[in-house]
Amino acid sequence: MRSSRWLHVPLWVTYAFLYVPIIVLVVMSFNSGRSAYSYEGFSFKWYAELAEDELVRDGLINTLIVATSSTVLATVLGTMLAVGLARYTRSKTLDAIALMPAVLPDLVLAIGLLVFYGVIQLTLGLYSVVLAHALFSMAFVAAVVRTRLVNADTSLEEASRDLGAGPVATFMRITLPQLAPGILAGALLAFTLSLDEFVIAFFTIGNSDQTLPIVIYSMIRFGVTPKINALAAILLLVSFTAVIAGQRMTKIGEARAQD
Amino acid sequence: MSPSRGRRLGAFVFLSPGLTYLVVLLLVPLGLVLSYTLFQRGRFGGVVHEFTGENFERLFDPLYLDVVLGSLRIAGITTLIALALGYPTAYLIARLPRKWKTFALVAIVLPFWTNFIIRVYAWIILLNGPGLLNSGLKAIGLGPYELLYNESAIVLGLLYSYLPLMVLPLYAAIERLDPQLREASANLGASGFTTFRKVTLPLTVPGVLTGCLFVFVPSFGNFVIPEMLGGGKSVMVGNLIRSQFLQARDWPFGATLALALIAVLVVLLIAQSWAARRA
Repeated sequence: MRSSRWLHVPLWVTYAFLYVPIIVLVVMSFNSGRSAYSYEGFSFKWYAELAEDELVRDGLINTLIVATSSTVLATVLGTMLAVGLARYTRSKTLDAIALMPAVLPDLVLAIGLLVFYGVIQLTLGLYSVVLAHALFSMAFVAAVVRTRLVNADTSLEEASRDLGAGPVATFMRITLPQLAPGILAGALLAFTLSLDEFVIAFFTIGNSDQTLPIVIYSMIRFGVTPKINALAAILLLVSFTAVIAGQRMTKIGEARAQD
Repeated sequence: MSPSRGRRLGAFVFLSPGLTYLVVLLLVPLGLVLSYTLFQRGRFGGVVHEFTGENFERLFDPLYLDVVLGSLRIAGITTLIALALGYPTAYLIARLPRKWKTFALVAIVLPFWTNFIIRVYAWIILLNGPGLLNSGLKAIGLGPYELLYNESAIVLGLLYSYLPLMVLPLYAAIERLDPQLREASANLGASGFTTFRKVTLPLTVPGVLTGCLFVFVPSFGNFVIPEMLGGGKSVMVGNLIRSQFLQARDWPFGATLALALIAVLVVLLIAQSWAARRA
């Protein structure tokens, strides 16, 4: 079928809509002037100022602490939950509950946890955010690992049991390695989600240490400077690299799984 | 060890840690929020454990009802624009040559994986008084206009944030279509538009419904975008909930608003699955 050139216009409109704001943001981060709006000349000075900013540095460290801890917790809990749900129960209710943290609006999870922490009189801090992030990350890890469990070949496990291996040995040496790509994908997802998460952290972090998204949010409320653009440009570069690397890794993983 | 005892032990070992976590940090907190809807607010925040129906009465106060209706309108407009832009995009991607498809899809999702706050911030730069759009308008002798801090800015921000969630399910639905159906329709003399209206569109309705839900849900409950692009006025239900919890410290009313939010979403979910089954 012959398709005329202008038929692709909606496609270009969509891509322009998605990428023009990002490109403007990055260009403005190299602005030598003080304004985030009008470009005066090329300079790295806002990147230099950013490196000096202690709030940003602390925010980054806090974010990495939260993301790493919640990912470890969510990966262990989520993987076990996925195995348990797939192999030991047919309950649709349990399935639904396990998926709930991923489906409910973040605001609802946030106020639930705020109320709960208030009732048990937990002093808010980084760890209350870790517990909160692990909650929704666990749901995502469980969902990702489950899709792999459904496709996994159970005959290997049966063979292992028939050959006299105990349930623990079978799990460690057969099931876990089979699930490894799924677990890794789930952990990556959990880490990325936690890095960017704002709403739940905003409600459950209290007044002391802040995560990077919250630091950025307060910077913007305080005033718009090219320094925020510089930070934005760096974060864009990091997430773009991570997504493309993740894409390649899953491709390699799939290719290996098919061998 | 007998097999049934082994199974029960396995179920316990694998299920209990995750389920305990879900009960303590999800079900108990949601139960608490639910119970708060029936209590009175304390004088200095917190709750007084005396039953009252006042929170639900306040929900129907025109002041708050307007906010709920306003949120429905903003999320609804966002969803419609996302559909209008997302459907042709998904359709065209699905018909690209194979080697371009993956690339085109990744390019749709890529902005979605960057920091949410940063994505919204980008629109402040574009829309603000001395921002790029106004400079462009000035060059052709127009403006300056107040582009930021109004409802259109909120819609634009929501659309920018959630458009990929519309394109992906639509793409999946369109991609699944058997190209022979279109060919058959064309061979029988239907024009391109008739084929689209009678074949392609009806068969992709489930994808349309999923996409609409994916965009509507996070838009409806949003408070960050209305706050950053809408100028911090309490224009959406999310802002109202946020201020009840973090500023006004009226937790019972905040909980009631959250329950209303969930109720709207549940109704939509039921409507969606009903419509999908009929399609």
